[in-house]
Amino acid sequence: MAAYIARRLLWVGFLLFVISVITFVIFSVLPSGDPAVARAGRSPSPELVEVIRTQLGLDKSKPEQFIHYLGDLLPFVGGNGIYFGFSYQNNTDVLPEILERLPATVFLATGAVVLWLAIGIPVGMLSAVKTGTWMDRLAMGIALLFISAPVYFLGLVALILFSEDVGRFPILPGNSAYGEATSFAGKVEALIMPWCVLAAAFAAIYARFLRGNLIDTLQEDYIRTARAKGLSERRVIFRHGVRAAITPIVTLLGLDIGILLGGAILTETVFNIPGIGRYAYNAINLSDLPVIQGTVLFGAFFIVMMSLIVDILYAFIDPRVRY
Amino acid sequence: MAAPLLEVENLQVHFETEDGLVKAVDGISYTVDRGQTLGIVGESGSGKSVSSLTVMGLTRARNARISGTVRFDGKDLLGASEEDMRQVRGNDIAMIFQDPLSSLHPFYKVGAQIAEGVRAHKDVSKAQAWDRAVEMLSLVGIPEPRKRADAYPHEFSGGMRQRAMIAMALANDPKLLIADEPTTALDVTVQAQILELIERLQSEFDTAVVVITHDLGVVAEMADEIAVMYAGRIVEKAPTDTIFAAPEHPYTWGLLSSIPRLDAPRDEELVPIQGRPPSLINLPGGCSFHPRCPYVREAHKKVDPKLEPVPGAPGHQVACLLEANVRRKLWSELRTGVKPDAARSDVMEEEVPSS
Amino acid sequence: MSTGTGASDLLHAEDHGVDEIVAGKAPVAARSPLQLFWRRFRQDKVALTALAFIVLLIVIATLAPVIRSIAGAPEPSATSTDALDDFGLPSGPSSAHLFGVDDLGRDIFSRVLYGARTSLLVAFIGTGLSVLIGVTAGMIAGYFRGWVDTLIARVIDILLAFPVLLLGIGLASACSTKDGCLGGTLQPGLTIVIFIIVLSNWPYVARIIRGQVLSLREKEFVEASRSLGAGHGRIIFREILPNLVAPIIVYASLFIPANILLEASLSFLGVGVVDQPSWGQMLSKATTLLDTAWWYMFFPGMALLLTVLAFNLVGDGMQDALNPKSSKSR
Repeated sequence: MAAYIARRLLWVGFLLFVISVITFVIFSVLPSGDPAVARAGRSPSPELVEVIRTQLGLDKSKPEQFIHYLGDLLPFVGGNGIYFGFSYQNNTDVLPEILERLPATVFLATGAVVLWLAIGIPVGMLSAVKTGTWMDRLAMGIALLFISAPVYFLGLVALILFSEDVGRFPILPGNSAYGEATSFAGKVEALIMPWCVLAAAFAAIYARFLRGNLIDTLQEDYIRTARAKGLSERRVIFRHGVRAAITPIVTLLGLDIGILLGGAILTETVFNIPGIGRYAYNAINLSDLPVIQGTVLFGAFFIVMMSLIVDILYAFIDPRVRY
Repeated sequence: MAAPLLEVENLQVHFETEDGLVKAVDGISYTVDRGQTLGIVGESGSGKSVSSLTVMGLTRARNARISGTVRFDGKDLLGASEEDMRQVRGNDIAMIFQDPLSSLHPFYKVGAQIAEGVRAHKDVSKAQAWDRAVEMLSLVGIPEPRKRADAYPHEFSGGMRQRAMIAMALANDPKLLIADEPTTALDVTVQAQILELIERLQSEFDTAVVVITHDLGVVAEMADEIAVMYAGRIVEKAPTDTIFAAPEHPYTWGLLSSIPRLDAPRDEELVPIQGRPPSLINLPGGCSFHPRCPYVREAHKKVDPKLEPVPGAPGHQVACLLEANVRRKLWSELRTGVKPDAARSDVMEEEVPSS
Repeated sequence: MSTGTGASDLLHAEDHGVDEIVAGKAPVAARSPLQLFWRRFRQDKVALTALAFIVLLIVIATLAPVIRSIAGAPEPSATSTDALDDFGLPSGPSSAHLFGVDDLGRDIFSRVLYGARTSLLVAFIGTGLSVLIGVTAGMIAGYFRGWVDTLIARVIDILLAFPVLLLGIGLASACSTKDGCLGGTLQPGLTIVIFIIVLSNWPYVARIIRGQVLSLREKEFVEASRSLGAGHGRIIFREILPNLVAPIIVYASLFIPANILLEASLSFLGVGVVDQPSWGQMLSKATTLLDTAWWYMFFPGMALLLTVLAFNLVGDGMQDALNPKSSKSR
C-alpha cells in the first residue's frame, strides 16, 4: 500500500511539473506580440510597460523566465512563498485574490455536490432495479433533458422564471443576491437556484451512469451466486450489486469536485457569485493574463490533487487494486 | 423405497424474446434420490443449466414461461413463493458454478462470503458464522483455513477458489448440491481433485449431487445415473454403466466417440458430431437431432420421438425412432471402432439412403 | 463483437446465457452485424425521430442563406436601429423579425440559423479529427507495441490526467489578444475551438481503441490471416478495423453532443467563435438583457437544447442497437 501511494505521489509531482511547463508555454511562449503590453491592460503608458518588463524579467531568455516562474510556484524557493503573479490591471497579487474568493466557490460546490448525490444516486439505483417501467423511462427522459441543456441556459431559464427581480414567479433571490447577502441564511437563500441548476446536470449524469453500471453489475456471476445462497433480494442488490457498481462513481465524483473547486465558471457567471470562476471570467473579458494563468494553474492543481485522493481511496474500496 | 428427494416432471422453460420463443427446456423429467448422483450431460444450449437454475427458482424472469412440476422433499418448488424459495436456496439446495473467480464477489473476503451464507439461514452470531466458515474451508482441504478466510478471492488459485465455493455451498448442510460445470474452468490435474472432493463430501454428508457437464469423462466415475440432454430434451437416461456399455442414442454415441482414448491408435481421427447445435427458436421438425444424425431416415424429419423405456433394460430410457435391434447392431459396430458411415451401410443397407 | 465464423461463436457460447444464442447469432437467417444493428435501431422510434431532426438540422445549416432569404429575414450581421425602441432596447418576435432582435438590432432568427452552421461544423470536424487521430494512435500503439506503444500510452495518460478544458480556456484567452499566438497563426475562433476539442477528445478514443486492438490482435482469425501471409496493412484494414467500427460509432455519437456544448461554452465565455454567429455567444450577450429581452436567451438556448438532445437520443439508440444485452439506456 505504501509503495502504491508513493508511486502515485511521484506521478502527481510529475504531472504538476508538466502542468507548470504547459501553462508557461501557453501564457509566455505562444502569444505573439509584446508580453509586457499584453499584461499592462488598456492603453498603458510606455513607462508602465517598461516597469512591467523589468519586474517580470521579460527581457531575459525564455528558459531563465521559466526557472524563475517555477521558483515562484514552489513554496520555499523564490522568496515569495507561493506566488502566482501580479495583475497589473487590478493592481493586486493574484493568489490572495483567488484565496479570498475560494470560500464562495467551495460553498457553491459543496451544496451542489450534496444535492446531486442525494438525487442522482437513489434515482440511478431505482431505475436500475426497475428497468423498463414508466418510472425508469420518466427518470431517464428527464435526465437526458438536463444533460442536453447547457448549465447557463438552465440558469437563465431558472432566473427568468423564479428570480425575484425579473422572474415570472418570483420566489427566489435574483442573481445579485449572493454578493449582497449579509447573513449566512441570506447566502444560502441566494445559492438555492445555483445549487439546483448546477446539481441538475450532474445528478442526471450520475443517475444515468449508476443505472448503467448497476444493470451491468446485476448480470455478473457473483450476483447469481448471491441469490443462489438464498440472500434476501435487498441484500443482493445493495451489498453485492451497488457496492460493486458504485466504485467508478467515486472516481467520477473526485474528478468533478476537483473541477468545481477550480471554479464553476459558467454557473458563477450567470448567478453573479463572487467565486474563482467569476474572477476568471472577468479576467478573460479583460485579457488579464496573469489572473487567467493563476486561475488555470489553481484549477489544474486541484484537479490533480483530487485525482490523487481518488486513486488512494480506490485502493481502499477495491481490494484488487493494491497489487 | 423412500420417495425421491428431487422430482422433476415434464418441466418446460420457454423464454419470450424479440426473435421468437426460445424453448430452452422442452419437457424433461428426472428424479434424484437421497445421497445419489445424477449427471446431466449435453452441449452448450442443450438446456442443462437452465433446468437446474429453474429448480432453484433463479429463472423467474419477466419473459419466462415455466410449466411442469418440480418437487423437492415433497414440496412444490415451481409454485412456491419467492420467500419460500429464498429459504430453500443455499440451505436445502445449494449450487456451485463454472467460473469461481467471477462467481465470488471481488470486494469481500472469502470467509465473509461464506459466513454471509450461514447467517442468511441460521440465527448465529458473526463470530459463530466465521468459525463455521473456517471449519468449512478446512473441510474442503484448504491449508491454513483461518488465514485464508481473511483473504480475497483473487488471492486464491483456481482450484482453491472452487474449493471455497464448495465450502460455501455446503456450509448449511444442504440435501442437494447442484454443480454446474464445476471443473470446466480448471486445469486438468485440478479437475480430478475437485471431483474427488465432491465425492468425498457427498459420502460424508449423504448429499445428493447433480453434476452438469458437457464432458462425459467427468461423470463417468461419479454419477450413478446419467441423463443426456439435447436441444432442451432428455434424449437418453440410464445408469452410468449402461450409458458407457450399451448406449442407445446416436447423440450419445457421438459424444462417446469424440472422447480421445488412451487405448486408441495414435493416428486414428477423432469423430466429431457433424453440424452444430440447433436454434432453440426454430427447432428442426421431427426429431431435433435429425440434421446431425448419421442414421437418419425420411420419417425422422416429421415424427417427434418420445422418451421411452428400452425393452429388456429397466431404468434405461431413450428417445429415438430407430428400432431397438437396429440401434444395438449399430452400437456393436461402433464400439469396435467402425466409423458411422460404414456402420450405417453395414446395418442399414437394406434401407434406401435418404441423403 | 468479434467476427470469427458463426460456428465458433455458437460453440463457445456459455450455457448459462441462453439469450446469447438468441440475440442475433441464431442461424435463423444469417444477417451481418450491420443489418442487425440497423434493424434494431429502426425499432427505436424515439431515436429515429431524433435522427430525422438531425438530418433536418443539417439541411437547415447547409441551406441557411437560402432559408434566410426565403423567410425574408435580414443578414445575420446586419445591424439596424429600426428594431430598437426609443431607449435602445431590442424588440421582440414580430412579423418582421421572427425571433426578435438583439442589442445591436440584428435579426435573431437568421443568427440562430447561421449559428447552426457553427455548432454543427465545429462538432463534426472536431469529432471527426479526434476520432481519426485517436483511432490512428490507438491502432499504432496497440498493434505494434514496443516503445511506440509505451510512448503513446504515456502521452495518453498525461493528457487524460489533467484538465485539458481548463488549459484550453487558458490557451484560447492567451491567444485572444490582437496579435494572436505563434506569430498570428493561431487566432481566436474556429481554429482554436477545434484544436481544443481534438486535444481533449483524442486520448479517450485512443485509449479505448488501443485496448480493443490489444485484445483483437490475439484472436485466432488474426493469427489465421497472418499465417496465410497477410502483411500488417492487410491485417489492420481487413481484420482489425472492421471490428472497431462499433466502438468508433459509439464514441462519435457520444462526443458530438459534448463537443457542441463545448464550443457553446467556449463561445459563451468569449473565447470561442467570435466573428460568426454562435449560439453560446448569443446566450452570453443575453445574460445582461434577461429582463428586457427574453427571446434573446430563449431561441438560441432552445436551439442548443434540442440539437444536443437529438444527438444524445441518437447516440443512446445506437448504443442500444449495438449492444442489445447490456444496459438499455431506455
